[in-house]
Amino acid sequence: MTTPNDAGPRETTEGPVYTVTGGDWDEIASAAQQADDERIIVNMGPQHPSTHGVLRLILEIDGETVTEARCGIGYLHTGIEKNLEFRTWTQGTTFVTRMDYLTPFFNETAYCLAVEKLLGIEDDVPDRASVVRVMLMELNRISSHLVAIATGGMELGATTIMIYGFRDRELVLDIFELITGLRMNHAYVRPGGLAQDLPPGAVDQVREFVKKMRRNLPEYDKLATGNPIFKGRMQDVGYLDLTGCMALGATGPILRSAGLPHDLRKAQPYCGYETYDFDVPTADSCDAYGRFLIRLEEMRQSLRIVEQCLDRLQPGPVMVADKKIAWPAQLALGPDGLGNSLDHIKKIMGTSMEALIHHFKLVTEGFRVPPGQAYSAVESPKGELGVHVVSDGGTRPYRVHFRDPSFTNLQAMAAMCEGGQVADVIVAVASIDPVMGGVDR
Amino acid sequence: MSEPNPKGSNSKGPDPKGRDAKGPDANGSKAKSPDANGSNAKAPDAASPAPVPKGPNGVNPDKDVAAQTLPGQRLDHGEVIGVRHGMFGAGDGGDTTGYGRLVRTVRLPGRATRPYGGWFDEVADELEGALEEQGLVPENAIEKTVVDRDELTFHIAREHLPVVARTLRDDPALRFELCTGVSGVHLPGDKGRELHAVYHLRSITHNRLIRLEVGVPDDDRHIPSVVDVYPTNDWHERETYDFFGLVFDGHPALTRIMMPDDWQGFPQRKDYPLGGIPVEYKGAQIPAPDQRRSYS
Repeated sequence: MTTPNDAGPRETTEGPVYTVTGGDWDEIASAAQQADDERIIVNMGPQHPSTHGVLRLILEIDGETVTEARCGIGYLHTGIEKNLEFRTWTQGTTFVTRMDYLTPFFNETAYCLAVEKLLGIEDDVPDRASVVRVMLMELNRISSHLVAIATGGMELGATTIMIYGFRDRELVLDIFELITGLRMNHAYVRPGGLAQDLPPGAVDQVREFVKKMRRNLPEYDKLATGNPIFKGRMQDVGYLDLTGCMALGATGPILRSAGLPHDLRKAQPYCGYETYDFDVPTADSCDAYGRFLIRLEEMRQSLRIVEQCLDRLQPGPVMVADKKIAWPAQLALGPDGLGNSLDHIKKIMGTSMEALIHHFKLVTEGFRVPPGQAYSAVESPKGELGVHVVSDGGTRPYRVHFRDPSFTNLQAMAAMCEGGQVADVIVAVASIDPVMGGVDR
Repeated sequence: MSEPNPKGSNSKGPDPKGRDAKGPDANGSKAKSPDANGSNAKAPDAASPAPVPKGPNGVNPDKDVAAQTLPGQRLDHGEVIGVRHGMFGAGDGGDTTGYGRLVRTVRLPGRATRPYGGWFDEVADELEGALEEQGLVPENAIEKTVVDRDELTFHIAREHLPVVARTLRDDPALRFELCTGVSGVHLPGDKGRELHAVYHLRSITHNRLIRLEVGVPDDDRHIPSVVDVYPTNDWHERETYDFFGLVFDGHPALTRIMMPDDWQGFPQRKDYPLGGIPVEYKGAQIPAPDQRRSYS
């Protein structure tokens, strides 16, 4: 076996195997020249920094040209779908938020919409809860696109755009932390509404953010949009036309870069998206550059939606009125990280035995969901995020399946990369914006 | 909802729009009615196998549409997937609460009758017509149609799945261009159809979404692959194979995708344990999640 810093060859039945760690290219190149076989198989990853987590790309190359490309996935499989079957419906949000960790609010909302559909309470979810859901999803869209652009730029060697992207994403995460208590993995959206109302100062901070973001977004244009190097690396790379998108089930920016303005927020509105004013940007270049422009424009549109959310926030409940579903108290953050509401404890411990029993049963046992199945889908920053939920009438999900857009879109990698250059593989994969937490779940 | 609707437990009846139809569901799905409070005295009666059309409290489920959708009260409607005993998941005795004798039959929503409501009828008509044109008897291909929670589900006989999928994709009046993959469901209580493969098809042209469901027995878990029709299902079928052991015949390379290649067993099946170890929290031993008390 070779140590990580030793690029010496290792003989196998498939031919010599080299472990490349950088700085040892000469040895590899000379060995490749001596080999009588032109065919080289490159294993990129699973720990390569350009692979968005732990993705393994298996490339067969002929010179600089990729003749065959395959993905090896599953390195981040954590069995979330199986785990959900052993928790209550409410606890489910704690798990799904960890799937695609860059789009937690989309996972939570899609899951909760499916559970609400099974319960038949879609129309009972309070307006304020829906508005806050939309606002958080759109802020989340901005933060997810910022990571896509930032890491995509870094993979091209453009570190400035990486710094810009993570700088602005930090502003969004600060808002998330203020509202939910956590920067990621929030479990803030719950079946029936939200865990908490917005804290004081949240609206002001979001307004401040929108203002700041309006100033910052043009910087990306100045830095990248017209940049000849940037365009040279991105244009006509990762090409996938509409036919390819439909066959491979690609959605989101990939589909819209092929010119089809398909967006579930417009086509099958949820959470009241039909009442918001926004545009669905498209491109007709079918390439990585088009997807970059779409992401940039979608962030502007998200800012528009966030502003509309702020304007229509009315005081009111953020959870359904049905006490058999809604957890009874406004929870606070305790010193051990668990929430307690002193008023509520006073009531159930001091005045009402029935309230105590009800609280205990609802929290430990959970609510029952009538048997059946439901599918709900939201437009996540990466495409159609679908949730298939099956209930057998119990207090736990019988089966939850996430159709994660990263998983489906990553299949298009081979179609985008084969026949292109090795260096373009990185650009193509970055333009898909796969997040392995979502791919592997 | 004044019309009696004897068979279709959840069909939306004559509602013209279909989408806003709340009808029977609205009552059935309120979480108030299931016994979250441990006070549903009706359940044992409802689950008794006697074919008496009269339910508890003198309600005739064949007349009162709302009554039949109450969980545990669907009588012969719907698809039985299991029976629950007791209240607290304690199967080994020791239940002193008096709820230990509760028996409830679990039924999934059953067959719907025409009209399905909204565009559902149009899709069903077009599909049946298109299948007939190809010399197929629609009743053989479509085993059952279920309308539940504003969603349309066709249960397809597995040998006809590729034809049905191709028809749904290519017929100009149907045009379900986008398949959102396949999801497996393991229902050990659904005898003869223990493993279900569930496909969601989206039509961007007509802005519609339908569901196809294929049920196969556990001892013969083969389903024809639809990768020919929807190449996007390549990885999805591998995933479903990996987790449920469903074999998609005709798939170009049906291998494990998430689990290691040499993994034994199919983790998402209900007979596969979750695993885990007990952990200590504030001095107490907390058992692994699948060893904790559950509420049936």
